[in-house]
Amino acid sequence: MNALILATDNVNVAQNVAFGIIAAVMIFAALSVVTTKNVVHAALWLVMVLAGVAAQYVLAAAEFVAVSQVLVYIGAVMVLFLFGIMLTRAQIGKETGLNNKGWALGIPVALVLFGLLAWVIVDAFGDDVLPDRGPAPTVMLSDQFLSIYLLPFIAISFVLLAAAIGAIVLARKD
Amino acid sequence: MLAVNFLLLGAALFCIGVYGVIARRNAVMVLMSIELILNAVSLNFVAFALMSGAIDGQVFALYVIAVAAAEVGVGLAMVLMIYRNRKSIALDELSEMKG
Repeated sequence: MNALILATDNVNVAQNVAFGIIAAVMIFAALSVVTTKNVVHAALWLVMVLAGVAAQYVLAAAEFVAVSQVLVYIGAVMVLFLFGIMLTRAQIGKETGLNNKGWALGIPVALVLFGLLAWVIVDAFGDDVLPDRGPAPTVMLSDQFLSIYLLPFIAISFVLLAAAIGAIVLARKD
Repeated sequence: MLAVNFLLLGAALFCIGVYGVIARRNAVMVLMSIELILNAVSLNFVAFALMSGAIDGQVFALYVIAVAAAEVGVGLAMVLMIYRNRKSIALDELSEMKG
């Protein structure tokens, strides 16, 4: 972690402070998602995490991705989640039995995984400073999509179409 | 700004999501934890795009968003069907395929 102190001379302070505040809120909200006893509250905490991710995209100069994140996740996916909660249970308020019997096993698994990941990340990228680039123009993004990533773009369109039809077929009543 | 900041935040979100997938019994809560994992991954993609200067990472982040939307749609439809047939979405009760 020496790199953190060594690299502070060419680091944008305001950007770092904003990153730290948003990151703390995101971690707290994510922990609330996986520990709260109320399913609706979990969905609302998830909105906090997704909005925090969108804010981090803005800090990382990825504006188009940030806007897509807000539109798709906070706009569409969260409505789907709330519909799913509404249609699968009528009970409002705290609920028991949200966790498995062996839920405590998840804590050591997550901690060991985080330890390994953190060690590898600090070992490999410990000294790398992100350059202070301005936001990438959206034209560059669309050029990539419509040239070398055209085939995956068409494939993802088919995936979305198949998912929409599949969801209708699965959820239809008869 | 250090690359480690973004990568460690992504790792923390990923591990919290993994804990949620292991610990939760309600199928909707497991889908929410999967969303946490997918967001951690696309955060890493965007950080690497900034680090390398190429925009490909942002393209992949957009693909991840599209796949996540499809996954939630189909996943929630399956959860609804399970709920309609069994009146419960507890994952540990779905043991018909156990040998």
